[in-house]
Amino acid sequence: MSDQTHARTEHDLAPGEEEQHSVGERIVGYVVGLGLALLLTATSFFIAGTDLVWQPSIPVALIVLAIAQMGVHLVFFLHITTGPDNTNNVLALAFGLLVVFLVVGGTVWIMAHLNQNMPPMDQFIRMHS
Amino acid sequence: MSMTATVGRAHADPHHIGLVVEHPGPASKRIVTAYGFWVFLLSDIVMFSCFFAAYAVLVSQTADGPKGSEIFEQRNVAIETVCLLLSSFTCGMASIAADVRNRFWFYLGMAVTCVLGLIFLLIEFREFADLVSRGYGPSRSAFLTAFFSLVGCHGLHVSAGVLWLLTMMAQVFAKGFRADVLRRMMCFALFWHALDIIWVGVFSVVYLLGSGV
Repeated sequence: MSDQTHARTEHDLAPGEEEQHSVGERIVGYVVGLGLALLLTATSFFIAGTDLVWQPSIPVALIVLAIAQMGVHLVFFLHITTGPDNTNNVLALAFGLLVVFLVVGGTVWIMAHLNQNMPPMDQFIRMHS
Repeated sequence: MSMTATVGRAHADPHHIGLVVEHPGPASKRIVTAYGFWVFLLSDIVMFSCFFAAYAVLVSQTADGPKGSEIFEQRNVAIETVCLLLSSFTCGMASIAADVRNRFWFYLGMAVTCVLGLIFLLIEFREFADLVSRGYGPSRSAFLTAFFSLVGCHGLHVSAGVLWLLTMMAQVFAKGFRADVLRRMMCFALFWHALDIIWVGVFSVVYLLGSGV
């Protein structure tokens, strides 16, 4: 070990694995995650049934809360972090998310256009009978 | 020992540019196993995204059958959600206990996880049985087909998870905290947490968004 700049020599982290922490710190991490997740869940259920907010904002709020809760689960339960020892896990996750958004977004987009361009059903049946 | 060190150094700096990047060698089996399982989980999530997409397309095709808001019961969904969330937490506690090789807390955490998972499955099964008995089975409308396949697929995953959980308890009982058993336990924890993430999508998109429509 002389003057060379060398990269980190430790191993990468497996998904779900944490850096070296004591048991107490790890438990605190799970408790914090559980608290945040319960808070977000309670907010979701409250928002869905309330009259207090502008109604058209509810679906957007529910989706934002769901994404936030998934993030909480990823960070506190699956221990996916932005650390250099986690790059592989994050890249795999990013690719998975890309496919998910392509599938869901693409399907909804295409099917909405198809529905718009279809003639009404009764007319369609008359055309084919 | 010095031999390997020289070889290692030559590999670390193949172009003799004076920058030594030390590679610690191939990753340990624990990392390879968990990473492979992580890739499987991501492909499982991609599969679920297809069910979500089908549900989103078919949600309004009720064929004069019931709409989501007429058949969903928020209270049951809330109980199911809390069950899965708490079970994710106890599963985390069990995996910490496995890492420090504490049998008592491991069994306790896994047993609580199992009970919570079974409560979840029971509520879901009763919901399905109730819908079918009212004539709202999966063949009633495209919306109900998509609903039953999406939620049922998650339920099947939870059932498989409960079986896996019992297997892990039996393996720890029979073989102790061996390295291979601990690797399986790590994969199980990943699986269980991933199921909870998918459930977040299910209760938000299906039950909460659906009850407003």
